[in-house]
Amino acid sequence: MKLTKLLTGAAMALALATGAMADTTKVGFVYVGPVGDGGWTYEHDQGRLAVEEAFGDKVETVYVESVAEGPDSERVMTQMALEGADLIFTTSFGYMDPTINVAKKFPNVKFEHATGYKRADNVSTYSARFYEGRAVQGHIAGKLTKSNTIGYIASYPIPEVIRGINSAYVHAKKVNPDVEFKIIWAYTWFDPAKEADAAKALIEQGADVILQHTDSTAPQAAAQAAGNVYTFGQASDMAEYGPMPRVSSIIDNWAPYYIARTQAVIDGTWTSVDTWDGIPTGMVKIGEITDAVPADVKAEALAMVEAMRAGEYHPFTGPLKKQDGSDWLADGETADDGTLAGMNFYVEGLEGTIPQ
Amino acid sequence: MDLSAINPVLLVASLMVAATPILLAAIGELVVEKAGVLNLGVEGMMIVGAIAGFATAVETGSPLFGFLISAFAGAALSLLFVIMTQVALANQVASGLALTLFGLGLSALMGQSYVGIKPPQLGQIHLPVLSDLPVVGQILFSHDIILYFGIALTAAVWAVLKYTRVGLILRAVGENHDAAHALGYKVVRIRILAILFGGACAGLGGAYISLIRVPQWTEGMTAGVGWIALALVVFASWKPWRALLGAYLFGGVTVVQLNLQAAGVAIPVEYLAMSPYLITILVLVMLSADKSSAPAALGRIFHASR
Repeated sequence: MKLTKLLTGAAMALALATGAMADTTKVGFVYVGPVGDGGWTYEHDQGRLAVEEAFGDKVETVYVESVAEGPDSERVMTQMALEGADLIFTTSFGYMDPTINVAKKFPNVKFEHATGYKRADNVSTYSARFYEGRAVQGHIAGKLTKSNTIGYIASYPIPEVIRGINSAYVHAKKVNPDVEFKIIWAYTWFDPAKEADAAKALIEQGADVILQHTDSTAPQAAAQAAGNVYTFGQASDMAEYGPMPRVSSIIDNWAPYYIARTQAVIDGTWTSVDTWDGIPTGMVKIGEITDAVPADVKAEALAMVEAMRAGEYHPFTGPLKKQDGSDWLADGETADDGTLAGMNFYVEGLEGTIPQ
Repeated sequence: MDLSAINPVLLVASLMVAATPILLAAIGELVVEKAGVLNLGVEGMMIVGAIAGFATAVETGSPLFGFLISAFAGAALSLLFVIMTQVALANQVASGLALTLFGLGLSALMGQSYVGIKPPQLGQIHLPVLSDLPVVGQILFSHDIILYFGIALTAAVWAVLKYTRVGLILRAVGENHDAAHALGYKVVRIRILAILFGGACAGLGGAYISLIRVPQWTEGMTAGVGWIALALVVFASWKPWRALLGAYLFGGVTVVQLNLQAAGVAIPVEYLAMSPYLITILVLVMLSADKSSAPAALGRIFHASR
């Protein structure tokens, strides 16, 4: 008898819980790294927390961290959709095809894929114009380097990463014609030991400024151990490594977007859109430039940020040539979003080839 | 392409650092497997060792004490594996996987307040004349003490397994636990000790990553090193010196390929990126042509009544 009572009680509690949940909007997040990575995933999770804060009891959020790109992510998304998520944010480039596949199976669930380019009726894409931040980094790096060698830890050869390299290089070259980029493709978003090794290899080969497009703070630690090396925070502020080696950073600020999209789902006004915001809307922020940077360089960098905020300056403004010497942008011409979104070439002056 | 940018001395020195975590974990697992137990929880024990050692070093200011605690932490986690597989006689593969998952979660929980903190540094040893020798001094005589400990441990494990009675008993338990039991050896007790040893080594390896190689704490920072150590044990045919060779090859090629990329060598990056795995496997497979095989009782559950 007791067992039956217990079971009935449990069933009732479950029914109540499910009933209560029907009124709330459930938002799911799929992360590529752990929320404690101090970089990319950390900032997405800050966005998730902001959603919880903004909506309180009306919204329930769930997340799964360290999800491998590829088939495993499809399983995670399917599970989220089956558990009643109304809106799912998939926050890495490699989730692109899985997101499209799962979205086909769940037409009533809205999906938002970060940094990709494939959309559907229930799949939006969103990304930030990180290359605007890279322009500022390139400017500071070009001014700071004494060895004229800048190390760049790249992750995967996708347009977003290539844009960052090009943007940083163009602006470093502008202020320092002798500058040279050494690029290492780490083939990972998150592997602290490997990122540290890559940073060490670059430093041993003479780089005194390290830019990174991987998510952990390991390169910062390696630069700190080496001493006279400058770095920039990636995706998150990484302020704990300031004022040296971290002299500035690019911060992704997803919170306003996540709140707006959740609101759209609640209001029933959600439509598939392609959002690509940068410094003007605050999706990309530049972290504090520390005193390790000379005052005049800091002022120039801040002026560049301001010009981009006001829409007066585009990081890819001609004349610019491609690596093979062919013309890309004429004098004064700015790059269009289509070219930028699919960027698969280096600008003139960069050495090496992009892995295919 | 500018190969002159690569400094061979610094390269060798940093490849030794890159290899040490793998070596420590692999040597521990080698002893465990020699005793006939397959513990797939290496990754979990490593990362718990990484955070335990890191937290201890930060709180006490002593990296060496941190390493000591990391060994205890790794062993403590392996105690869970002991209870599951030696007492409850659960499946070793499933228990080991569970240990890894548990360790990853536990370490994330333990490490929440340690993100972004810098650990105290373990000084490099400095021998008066030897460390100042050109080239050789920097490669051989100017590392931290744990790196030498790893090499010494390899030698010790090799000697114990090959020349001592303890090693003979351990191998007997791993080859045929029923026969060992019939001879009066305490199979379960010996295995428990081997598992604890393996846990301690994995913990040390993890702490080496968080305290020396990176050095910082980040969730999931071992990023698969434990699995590589596991694979290495198999490819090394359960021989300590080959495990050392494999670890140095793997660590070495990883560092070399990053250096080659930075120097702009005209080899496609994809080939460079896969080279550590490829070369390590190739070399060890060629070496294992002498038909040395796995311990016969590897992964089998022992119960005295059967």
